[in-house]
Amino acid sequence: MTDGAGIASESGGGVAAADGPEPAVRVVDLTKEFPGGVRALGGVTFDVPKGELVSIIGPSGCGKTTTLKIIAGLIEATSGRVEVDGAPVTTPGPDRAFVFQDFALMPWATVLRNAAFGLELRGVPRREREDAARAYVDKVGLSGFEDAYPHQLSGGMRQRVGLARALAVDADILLMDEPFASVDEQIRRKFQEDLLELLSGEGKTVIFVTHSIEEAVYVSDQIVILTRGPSRVSNVIRPGVDRSGGSDGIRRSQAYLDWVEQIWHELQGYLDQ
Amino acid sequence: MATSVQGRAGRPAPGRVVAGRVASGAGNPWLLRVGSIVVVLGLWEWAGAASVNPAFPTCSDTLVAFGEMLTDGTFAAAYAETAGPLIVGVLLTAVGGVLAGLVMGLSPRAEWLGLPVFIVLQASPSAAIVPLITFVYGIGFTAKVFAVVLLSAPVIVLNSYRGIANTPRSLVEMSNAFLASRWQRVWKVVIPAGSGLMFAGLRLGLAQGFTGVVLAELIITPTGIGDLITYNRSVADYPAMFASILSIILIASVSVTLLQRMEGRLFRPEMRPA
Repeated sequence: MTDGAGIASESGGGVAAADGPEPAVRVVDLTKEFPGGVRALGGVTFDVPKGELVSIIGPSGCGKTTTLKIIAGLIEATSGRVEVDGAPVTTPGPDRAFVFQDFALMPWATVLRNAAFGLELRGVPRREREDAARAYVDKVGLSGFEDAYPHQLSGGMRQRVGLARALAVDADILLMDEPFASVDEQIRRKFQEDLLELLSGEGKTVIFVTHSIEEAVYVSDQIVILTRGPSRVSNVIRPGVDRSGGSDGIRRSQAYLDWVEQIWHELQGYLDQ
Repeated sequence: MATSVQGRAGRPAPGRVVAGRVASGAGNPWLLRVGSIVVVLGLWEWAGAASVNPAFPTCSDTLVAFGEMLTDGTFAAAYAETAGPLIVGVLLTAVGGVLAGLVMGLSPRAEWLGLPVFIVLQASPSAAIVPLITFVYGIGFTAKVFAVVLLSAPVIVLNSYRGIANTPRSLVEMSNAFLASRWQRVWKVVIPAGSGLMFAGLRLGLAQGFTGVVLAELIITPTGIGDLITYNRSVADYPAMFASILSIILIASVSVTLLQRMEGRLFRPEMRPA
């Protein structure tokens, strides 16, 4: 672990995927300039292997969310490209589902309708989409709350609805924008464990934006560290933490603690700039 | 996973706590409401009896006149005449105003074109414009409808516009991410998100519509309830005049409240007490 075997350097942007199969998502030299000349991304390149959970981490304002929204097709890149299964994408598609930081639930709709909304927009008949949504509402642990409205739920429960909505459309790729940022610490840990458990059987590729180092090391197969001003990939790490010991085992393992420490040191360098 | 959520479910959700507190604060609303009405009517009776002004009748005299006008069909005849322009005007404005607000909220060009007109209209003293209507539309039904529209349109249009233009960005982004067509986005997200402000506009617009129709009947041609007020003043039957004014206030308040109830029942299920 400490010998740095898991680290791919910045210079070889595609290194992480070179030895693996075709990546699910390939981000190539992405730049983004916002009106007014603010340069948010300055050439971001990384690969996301199929079926893995890749988190993007970095100091605030480093363009994590911008990168994720470009992958989602919600924002247009100034230059560079995003490939999903080898094909370039610029707009949202049925292969990607998004989980929003602020949940983005419709306050006038019940939990069930919110969870089924992606299917509703695709014209799936009511009974069919509600059955599918009910299954995911149940899976995220909200059975019994199908008819509740978002304002009747806690923050953590609302994000579970957001997750159910994203899972219900059965996209191969799940894009999560700081999904636990608005959730308090205790719920957050439980939610991370639930997320891993939930995804374990689904075979989905997940891109996960977070500002929490612990969270990134805990949930990720691969971590992309972004630096800011303008944003670039500074490092790609594969922590390879042994998950067999359960959540407590992971959080106490030397490998987990070493990685948290190492990423912290790396980010600290950029904070001082 | 399920167990943790069950555990959380045991606690009341924050929204419910607030709702519960509001409900207990208004625990005996009937007592409060009836009490406040009794106090106001009592003060009125006292002021009338104290002969503040010969043209100011007591509450009891007014209520007697009210009862007489109600039973002898005076009110019915007057409101049959007033209701026409009011209903036509309010319906026209409700449909047209919401549509105009919708278009202005969705299209920057329409916003550029239309918004200033309605802002100026809202700011201008409409009562001063009402006499101008007679130059164009004469003194008939159309003129009164126009007066209603003139007063109610700005508030309906501007509120609908604000409701549409201020759709939460994250909901629009969500609908894009989940592949909504433009039409789906407007119908399933933008309009429901703006419906609260739209209905606020409709309520205010209805109240303004009452003002418009009474103004028209006072200023343009004395008919309906406006005539009842003017006539009773001219023959110095002050209790009847006050009863007429009271009747229009009552009807306006009841209509606005009914509209609010209807909104809650039909369109805002999340606002219903659980």
